[in-house]
Amino acid sequence: MSDRTPAENTAAREAILARIREALRVPAPPPHLSGHAAAAAPEPNGRPGLMILPAEAGRPWLPDGGDTPAESLRILADNLAKLRAVFFQVPDLAAAADCLFAQARERDWQRVAWHDHPLVAGILAGIPCSTLRIDAPDEAFDKRSLEACDAGITACECLVAQTGSILVASDSCGGRALSILPHCHVVIATVDQVVPVLADALALIRDRHTANLPSMFSFITGPSRTGDIERILVLGAHGPKELIVILVG
Amino acid sequence: MIARNPIPHPTHAPPGAHEPATAKQQFLADAAEHIRDTGHRAFVRKALGGYYKSRDTQQARYRDWEQARDAASLAKWSAVNRLDELLPRFVAAFEANGGRVHWARDAAEARAIILGLLEQANAKAVIKSKCMTSEEIHLNAALEAAGYGVVESDLGEFIQQLRGEPPYHFVFPCMHVRRDEISDLFGKHLGTPPTDSPEELTMIARRHMRRLYVEADVGITGANFLVAETGQISITENEGNARLTVALPRLHIAISGIEKVVERLDDLAVLLPMLATAGAGQPMTCYNTLYSGPRRAGERDGPEEMHLVLLDNSRTALLADAEQRDALHCIRCGACLNVCPIFKNVGGFTYGTTYQGPIGSVITPHLRGVANWNHLSGASSLCGACTDACPVRIDIHHHLLHNRRNAARTAPSRLEKLGHRLFVFVASRPWLFAAGGWLFRKSLPLAKALKPPLLSAWLATRDLPPAPRESFRAAWQRRRR
Repeated sequence: MSDRTPAENTAAREAILARIREALRVPAPPPHLSGHAAAAAPEPNGRPGLMILPAEAGRPWLPDGGDTPAESLRILADNLAKLRAVFFQVPDLAAAADCLFAQARERDWQRVAWHDHPLVAGILAGIPCSTLRIDAPDEAFDKRSLEACDAGITACECLVAQTGSILVASDSCGGRALSILPHCHVVIATVDQVVPVLADALALIRDRHTANLPSMFSFITGPSRTGDIERILVLGAHGPKELIVILVG
Repeated sequence: MIARNPIPHPTHAPPGAHEPATAKQQFLADAAEHIRDTGHRAFVRKALGGYYKSRDTQQARYRDWEQARDAASLAKWSAVNRLDELLPRFVAAFEANGGRVHWARDAAEARAIILGLLEQANAKAVIKSKCMTSEEIHLNAALEAAGYGVVESDLGEFIQQLRGEPPYHFVFPCMHVRRDEISDLFGKHLGTPPTDSPEELTMIARRHMRRLYVEADVGITGANFLVAETGQISITENEGNARLTVALPRLHIAISGIEKVVERLDDLAVLLPMLATAGAGQPMTCYNTLYSGPRRAGERDGPEEMHLVLLDNSRTALLADAEQRDALHCIRCGACLNVCPIFKNVGGFTYGTTYQGPIGSVITPHLRGVANWNHLSGASSLCGACTDACPVRIDIHHHLLHNRRNAARTAPSRLEKLGHRLFVFVASRPWLFAAGGWLFRKSLPLAKALKPPLLSAWLATRDLPPAPRESFRAAWQRRRR
């Protein structure tokens, strides 16, 4: 069997789009809502327009993300604890390095992987184990060596208070595998990277939607987990068993 | 190589592999068997007990869950009703990001596309993350028949693959399997010592799978949302297996139904937390990942190519039914299964469908034919628990009624018609109605004792209440005096 020709793909595309256009000729009834009216914006072609909730800005009905930076920070710390992530807040980079080294000694890490980022590179010198730089320019990416590492140390794009999530991107956080393959994921971030709600993080992604959009953005919410066996929670299904967040500032 | 892996890859008996004409009989037979299995029912209820607790805890964190449902419902309503505009917009943005889109009218076309891509890439070993669309098109059987090694990486799906069974529940695939059965299964296939610890069992799968991620050359995933604004696909998972599936192999193939489009990236600010809360009682699922094409210049890892198969497979037939179009809002959270009294009693396999439970009963007649699948519309007490649980406000239990009505219109049952005519005749003649009631009250004890053919099946598992001494009308008259 060989790949389909572009003409075959176009034919399938046209057939499906024609079915969709035909199906949508009959308008659907408006959605059932809990009471308050939705505003329907009319569309030029006379079809039902996009319906939006009047009070959508800010979404005051989702879980709270805090109104002030201090409140957001408290909610973030609270959420990370509930997610069974390990959270440290330290005053400066030197303290962050001390904190990281203590984790390395406590867990007896033999080798950690990292990527070149001022926050990561700035605290790694002197760590009591060997290191693997994942983005060294003169070396090919080696997934087997990375798999053998005890921890992956990355920066992040931002932290979301509302959900306790950490946003990583493939271009600024060491690629796709560094934050998921090693058994422990350590995130080094600064306190000004905390945003209140998910929408803020998505706005940040949209702003980066330029010619060179990173190929992956991932919201990481706690260590990897599963409940597939009798719905009993187990941490560390396939991704990191431990998530350590060190927040500087 | 995974292709030489000692694990046999049992071919799933696809749901509906039996003759369609017997789908209803199959349902009735399986349901009767499951209902008698009280141990199984108790086990499933216990497994769901934790879900109710954590779902309630998480829902309480929303400042207004009902308004959040409104917003989620509107986001999906707007997208589904503008699919003709948003789907091409998504595809243009996705291809601008470097991915390739393949359109599939039906399951056979989707399978052929994927087999073509694997051959072109000279692939041998395939690793998959959880993907219900691939179950829908029976992809694993097709890949295995073509000689590819396929491994399901999601723990629940992996267990089901080893068992040679399809998923029991489309979010919790092996929720019906006890830990000792899993221990035996791993012992048999992976040669591991027995254990009764869910944690140790999970670690066995973890250790086994790690090698396979590194060795596989193709990763196949589903997609939860297609973002028209940015051309990204969003994948939601807890275990990290999808992240690994899309990080290490050199080819990424995603399969998605055409209805998964949302207009704005910002819509995910509502949909991602609600999917997690409704589906598993979590604030957010552990990994929510947006992919836009293969590895970029300057990125060190990730696949060389990314392909997306967009699947119709009768979704446009459901789209054409304006009354039930909202069934396409479904984000596959599984909340309606978890609260459904029918699902909890008959179990997931009885449905014989890819999508089980209330939402499956609504959409399957559209996807696979009303004639053979309408019996699922009867698999409901119409209690509406599913509709209340749905985060995107699909009117599920009314759609089950709509399907019953449509079936009555297209293929009316003569017996039912006769019954209704008889009822109208009796009910419109008060003396006859009263006489009928008297006869019923007098003959009920006799019917209980004799167990005549039509009643015996009912009486085998149920008790009849004692007959009232007088009719409701008589009691009412007496009270008014």
